[in-house]
Amino acid sequence: MNFEEFSTGSSFIHRLDPRIKIITAVLFSVTVALGDRFIILSAALVAALTLVLAARLKMMRVGYRLLIVNSFILLLWLFLPFSYPGETVFAIGPLEATREGIIYTLSITLKSNAIILGLIALLATSSIFALVHALRHIWVPDKLVQLFFFTFRYFHVMHQEYLRLRGAMRIRCFKPRTNWHTYRSLAYLVGMLLVRSFDRSERIYQAMALRGYQGKFWLLDHFSLRINDLVFLVISIIFIFALAVGQWTSLLP
Amino acid sequence: MHISEGVLNPQVLITGSALAVIGTAIGLKKLDYDRVPQVAILSATFFVASLIHIPLGPGSVHLVLNGLMGLFLGWVAFPVILVGLTLQAILFQFGGLTTLGINTLNMALPAIICYYIFEKSAKNNNFNLSVFTSFLAGAGAVFMSSLAVALSLIFTEESFWPMAKLIVLMHFPVMIIEGLIVAVCVQFLKKVRPEMLDAAYVK
Repeated sequence: MNFEEFSTGSSFIHRLDPRIKIITAVLFSVTVALGDRFIILSAALVAALTLVLAARLKMMRVGYRLLIVNSFILLLWLFLPFSYPGETVFAIGPLEATREGIIYTLSITLKSNAIILGLIALLATSSIFALVHALRHIWVPDKLVQLFFFTFRYFHVMHQEYLRLRGAMRIRCFKPRTNWHTYRSLAYLVGMLLVRSFDRSERIYQAMALRGYQGKFWLLDHFSLRINDLVFLVISIIFIFALAVGQWTSLLP
Repeated sequence: MHISEGVLNPQVLITGSALAVIGTAIGLKKLDYDRVPQVAILSATFFVASLIHIPLGPGSVHLVLNGLMGLFLGWVAFPVILVGLTLQAILFQFGGLTTLGINTLNMALPAIICYYIFEKSAKNNNFNLSVFTSFLAGAGAVFMSSLAVALSLIFTEESFWPMAKLIVLMHFPVMIIEGLIVAVCVQFLKKVRPEMLDAAYVK
């Protein structure tokens, strides 16, 4: 299971400074999440799509991600057009879809997809370790960054442990069904995972203490901004600023 | 149980983020630097365990385990859940950046409520009491979370009412299963590794 499938690549987006990418992603998400004008949301969607294309990701995989994330949006489409008050456009039996409801749901759909594509292009194209490193440089509490780092580091280890236990169950012909035996076995599985993680964490902690760990992480290498990074940052800030101006002033029709 | 990006209005997003920042700050304060690696390994395990599919009739449900996290970690559940959700946002684009605050709050607050109500009795040596209260902690945390999700939607726009009701209803089976799993899991840990339950993860 590859959890960072988009993080390897050689496009200019992959090579951008992770600090720049995080800042851009946050500004972009916040601006789009607060916006509600169609033209602005469409512009944001086009921009995010352009970034994804520029990152030369596998479009099949990006589409698959979008499909999963849009399941929540699909649920919205089943409800909102019918429960939002307004002028009726069409009716299915007793349910009346309103114009305002459809517009509202459509704007949520645009917003959601624009932000998700933006996150795929900007954050998923960096490795988690690069992002963790970058977080250290941008006002995130040290303890939180360490927690993040170790959680991701041991997520793989515990996932392997889980697969091993699951394999042991399969060898013993465990087939999950809707019954008490299944629930009890899976609860024991969760318990056993916790026990193993507890034991492992004791050992890791001792090993780290032995090597002088005192709660501090020393950074050995530092990022250096290149001209490409600065150009990208300036362009994206101008673009996001333009989105905000279009959203909150009456310059656009 | 994540709310996607772009659904909630600014007021709900900002309130959620502000409260999540406060909760995370309290949690981090209670977490010793020394214990960070251990708590992180536990948090990775919770993250892995939440990937397990539990069969239910023709479909299956995912474990949430915020009740169990609450019993173990208390206030530290806040930063742990925040980290888990951030990883999911970056790796799978579940949830997102602007919804990070409200999603963390919706999951972590029930965990802490369960910690205050059930922690002592779930770890009690009385078997029946422990089974009963750990079931309530597991089921109650999921119930409160689904209620919190529903409320976040309703505060955004009143026409979310029917959908909010459906979300809470859909979580009823999850609640029962989660309660059963947490109840059995706590008994398992008491038998197999009792020192784990009163390990000092937090100050």
